[in-house]
Amino acid sequence: MLDCRGMRCPLPVITLARRLPQVPVGAVVRVLADDPAAAVDIPAWCRLRDQEYLGASPDTADGGPAYDVRRRH
Amino acid sequence: MVTANDETVRPATVRPADDDPDGRPPLVDDDRPPLVDDDRPPPVYLDAASAAPLHPAARQALQAALDDGWADPDKLYGVSRRSRQLLEAACAVIAEAIGCRTEEVTFTPGGADANRRGLLGLLRGRRRFGDALVHSSIEHSSVLHTAAAHVAAGGRAVSVPVDRLGRLDLGAFRDAVTAGGVAAAAVMSANHEVGTLQPLDEVAALCAEAGVPLLVDAAQSVGRVPVPAGWSVLTASARKWGGPAGVGVLAVRAGVRYDAPDPVPPVPVPLAVAAAAALRAAVAAAAAEAGRRVPRVDRIRTTVAATVPDVEVVGDPVHRLPNLVTFSCLYVDGEALLHALDRRGFAVSSGSSCTSSTLDPSHVLVAMGVLSHGNVRVSLHRETKQADVDRFLAELPGIVAALRAQAGVTDL
Repeated sequence: MLDCRGMRCPLPVITLARRLPQVPVGAVVRVLADDPAAAVDIPAWCRLRDQEYLGASPDTADGGPAYDVRRRH
Repeated sequence: MVTANDETVRPATVRPADDDPDGRPPLVDDDRPPLVDDDRPPPVYLDAASAAPLHPAARQALQAALDDGWADPDKLYGVSRRSRQLLEAACAVIAEAIGCRTEEVTFTPGGADANRRGLLGLLRGRRRFGDALVHSSIEHSSVLHTAAAHVAAGGRAVSVPVDRLGRLDLGAFRDAVTAGGVAAAAVMSANHEVGTLQPLDEVAALCAEAGVPLLVDAAQSVGRVPVPAGWSVLTASARKWGGPAGVGVLAVRAGVRYDAPDPVPPVPVPLAVAAAAALRAAVAAAAAEAGRRVPRVDRIRTTVAATVPDVEVVGDPVHRLPNLVTFSCLYVDGEALLHALDRRGFAVSSGSSCTSSTLDPSHVLVAMGVLSHGNVRVSLHRETKQADVDRFLAELPGIVAALRAQAGVTDL
């Protein structure tokens, strides 16, 4: 789980790019981000980096946007 | 009538500054210091999609029309008839360029105003047939704002998606315009942020089949590339083709059910004349200009992709405007990039959220699903030189690398 709330573009994507290589291949990282740009930039980053974007959903804790990414390689 | 010489009636309101009794400086001073610092490189303006520099033909026509077309064109005396003639001649030039009749053309106070007015006119005129406005998801904000206001007033709006290249989903568009209850459709000729041309022939055929009038926002195309004929209403903006700011075009084909929302505020005749002169010059040069710019834009597309790591060049690589290219640089703050480019003399635009007043990313980039941060739009115009493009391409990789180093993201 990465808490990027309050961060502006491109910080949530940078934070995700730093974190993902630290988790095992196949693991899922959930990014909490309230910057509206994250909704397009996180899936776009996954496409550019060939990582798996699982989708967005309201986070169970506070209902803010959450984005799930699975490390593919 | 009051003339400038009639001092007993009213003193002239504008006078040279050296005549100013209070010694105030002139409003426009040719001796003013330059806007850019002397230690900066010479400015390179690459934002023609916002506004192209005034065409010399427009400047010349404006000067002449200020002397000749200053009178109210709606009065019944001689000088007024002269203004009227100039205005009609200007409408005729626009009509010829966009392929319609002179009397179908109206000047408006800008392209955004023409979009709002044109859409409201169609929605009102077609109220008996339906209340839905179908539009692409990447229309200009003036269309989207009009759609939102229409919904707020109880109407319906259907936004049709585009693909990753910014091309309209024709299947979804067909479903939307044939659904019944559709008053009007709006599809732009070319997108202002990414340059993708829309499949207007197909769009117009679908609208004709469904009996739905089509508004085409041709702001980025008129004067650059031909606009297909199947529109009911066409809008454009003079400053995009080298005309003065504050002049829009609204063309409504005869026979279209159209109920004008309110009277169009008059556009000053000299500005309309200047806009027409610029358009005539732009159309005459369009083929040659496109021939020069297409390879330049091709070169920007390929060079940026090759020399800047982790960059996404966006928009349709083939079906696009001849003068516009957009790309997004991974991990780079769009605002910082614009400022860094400005310090090196380059004026470009961006769809990144940090550069917008609302902090929302560009709705166009969002609709296409492409990277929205680190976004740069480069748009060329008739005065853009090969050397300008060369210097931009030479400096960009270093500027992006420096920003990435500053942000500590070079290892990502």
